Amino acid sequence: MSGMQASLALSGYIAASCLLAFLFPQSVLAFLAVQASLVMLYYVAAPRQVKLFLGALLLFVLVPALGWANGYYFEIAIQIGIFVALALGLNIVVGFVGLLNLGFVAFYAIGAYLWAIFGSPQANAFIPGGFFPVSPNWFFVFFLLSIAVGLLTGILLGLPVLRLRGDYLAVVTLGFAEVVRALVNNLDKPINFTNGPRGISPITKPPLFFEPLLQFAGLEVPSAKLYPLYFYFLILIIVGVIILVTRRLENSRVGRAWKAIREDEIAAAAMGVPVVRMKLLGFAVGASFASAVGVLFAAKQVFINPESFTFMESIGVLAMVILGGMGSIPGAILGATGVTILNLQLLKGLSLWLNGLRQSGAELTIPFLGSYSLSQLPAQFEPAKYERMVFGLILILMMIFRPQGILPPSQERKK
Amino acid sequence: MALLELHGVSKRFGGLQALEGVSLQLDDGMIASLIGPNGAGKTTLFNTLTGLYRPDAGEILFQERSLVGLQPDKVTAAGISRTFQNIRLFSHMTVLENVLVGMHSRLHTGLPAILLNTGGFRLQEKAARVKAMEIIDLTGLRGRENEWARRLSYGEQRRLEIARALAAAPLLLLLDEPTAGMNIVEARSLMALFKQLIGTYVKAILLIEHNMRVVMGISHCVHVLDYGEKIAEGHPDEVRRNPRVIEAYLGQGSWAEHAQS
Repeated sequence: MSGMQASLALSGYIAASCLLAFLFPQSVLAFLAVQASLVMLYYVAAPRQVKLFLGALLLFVLVPALGWANGYYFEIAIQIGIFVALALGLNIVVGFVGLLNLGFVAFYAIGAYLWAIFGSPQANAFIPGGFFPVSPNWFFVFFLLSIAVGLLTGILLGLPVLRLRGDYLAVVTLGFAEVVRALVNNLDKPINFTNGPRGISPITKPPLFFEPLLQFAGLEVPSAKLYPLYFYFLILIIVGVIILVTRRLENSRVGRAWKAIREDEIAAAAMGVPVVRMKLLGFAVGASFASAVGVLFAAKQVFINPESFTFMESIGVLAMVILGGMGSIPGAILGATGVTILNLQLLKGLSLWLNGLRQSGAELTIPFLGSYSLSQLPAQFEPAKYERMVFGLILILMMIFRPQGILPPSQERKK
Repeated sequence: MALLELHGVSKRFGGLQALEGVSLQLDDGMIASLIGPNGAGKTTLFNTLTGLYRPDAGEILFQERSLVGLQPDKVTAAGISRTFQNIRLFSHMTVLENVLVGMHSRLHTGLPAILLNTGGFRLQEKAARVKAMEIIDLTGLRGRENEWARRLSYGEQRRLEIARALAAAPLLLLLDEPTAGMNIVEARSLMALFKQLIGTYVKAILLIEHNMRVVMGISHCVHVLDYGEKIAEGHPDEVRRNPRVIEAYLGQGSWAEHAQS
C-alpha cells in the first residue's frame, strides 16, 4: 500500500470511528475504535507528517470533542494518561536499567500526598495558623516540588538498596512501598499528618487561570464541565514532556549507560560507566515521573486514601511495562493504554452486557443440550470481578507466546 | 617511560593465593604478553588492574599514579580498557551502541544539556558517532553497525569487544585471549590490527594469549605466570627456552623430551 493510500485509509478510519463514538455515546466499542486508531497511527506506513497531523488532530481535537459530549470518555482518557506516565517512569527503572522494582507506587503515593496534605485543610492539623488549603495557584509550585521530592526519595531509596541485585532488590522495593503505605495509614496520630485510612478531602483543584479569557470571549462554561477538559490537557502535556525526556535520555550517553548496566553490569563498569551513579539516576528519574503524576491524581480525585496505593497497583504498572515490551517507549504506552482499557472499559462493558442479558431473561438454546434461561446466570459471574484473573491469564499467555512484549525495543534505529 | 608498573601485587581468595607478589613493567610502544597455564592468575591480574578486585598487597602505578582502590569506571577514565575472555557484550544493543557505551567516559554532556537537546550535545553525539564508525571500520565490522550484538558471529563478537574497548580511548589496552577460538587467518588479521594500533590508537597493549603463534609473533616481551607467581619474563625467544616455563606448561621431566624434538 502506498503512503498516500495508507494516509487516506487512516483518515477515513479515524473519521468513521469518531462519528460512531458521537452517534453512540454509550457504546464501549465505538470509543475503543477511536483508541485503536492511535495504535494504527503507530503501525501504518504513512508519511511522517501525515501521521503527526492525524495524531495531533485526534489527541487535541477529536478526543476532547468526544469527551465534551460524554464526560466518561474524559475520565478514561485521563486514567490512561496517568498510567502511561507511570508506566513510562517504571520503564526507565525496569526496562532501561534492568532493576526489578515492585514498589513503584510508593513514589506515586508520595506525590499524591504531598499535594493532598497541603492542598486541603489537612495541613492545619500540624501547622497552626489556618493557612491551608493553599490557593489553587500553588498547584504548579507543588507540581514542580513533587518532581524534586520524587528525585530525592528515589535517590534515598536507591542509596542503601542498589547494592542488592535481582530478587533481593525487588523484595526491598516491595518493602519500601509497604512502609510508605503503612506510614500513610498510621500517621494520623499522635500528630495528624495524613488522616490515616479515612483519607484526605477535599483536595484543591488546579487554578482555572484561563477562565477570564473564556468569559472575555463570551463563553459561559460551568466549571464542572471545564475541569475534565483541563485535566485532560494537563495530563496530555505531562505525558508529552515525559515522552520527550525519556526519548532524549534514551538516545544519550545516559540511556546507553542504563541499557549497558541492564545487559552486563561488570562490562558496563569496565567500559567506564559509573554504575552506582547511573542506577541512582534511573531510580530518581522514574520516581520523579510517578511523584509528579501523583500530584495530578490527587487534584483530579479530590479525595485520596491509602487504598489507592496498594501493592496491586505496583504490580499493575509493572504488568503494563512487561506486556508492552520492557525498554520500549511505544511499548510502555501501549501496555498502559491496553491494560487501563481492559480494566475500565472492556470488563465493565462485558459485565453490563451480561447483566442486560440476565434481566432480559432470554433463552439460550444449544442443540442436543436443551435450553438455558439466561436469567439463571449466577450473579457472581461478572467479568469485572475477575479483573485480576483475566490479567494473570494475559500475562501467562504473553510469557508463553511473546515474552519480549507486544512492542519490544526495535533493533533498527530510526533515523 | 614506564606506562604501567606493578610492584608486588598479591590477591588471595580464601585459601587460594591467586596472585603472589607479581611485578611487571610496561613501556610506551610495547606489546607484552601474559602467558601461563590455566588457573595461573592471568585474568585475576587483569581484574585487579581494572579495579574489579582490590589487591591485598602491592602497588599499581599507571603513568606514575596509583590505581589501587579506584572503581572500574575510574580506571577506564584514567586510560586503561579491556576485553573479556568470555565475551561480555551488551547483547541487546546494536554494534554502534556497544561502541558508544565504550565512549562513556569520554563524553561529558551533563543532564541539562541532554534534556534541552542543546547544540553542543548534538554536536558531541554526532562526533561520537563519527568516531565510533571509524573504530567499527578499523575492526572490520562495517555494515554490521545496526545489528544487535548477539546476532554477530563469534569472530565478529570478539572484534566488537576490541572495538568497544578502543572506544574508551585507552592508553593501555588489555586483551584477554583475543584470538581464542579463531583460525590462523583470523588470528593473523588480528595480529596485524594490534601492531597497527600501537602508536595510533593506544600506547601499549598487554594481552593474555594461549596461542603461541600469536604470542611469539607480536610480543616485545612475555611474562609468564604460574600459580599466581611470575616465573619468567623476557623476549619471546628467551622465554620459550626457559626450563621453568616448559616445566610449568608440560610438567617436570618434559625438558629433556622437548630438547630432543
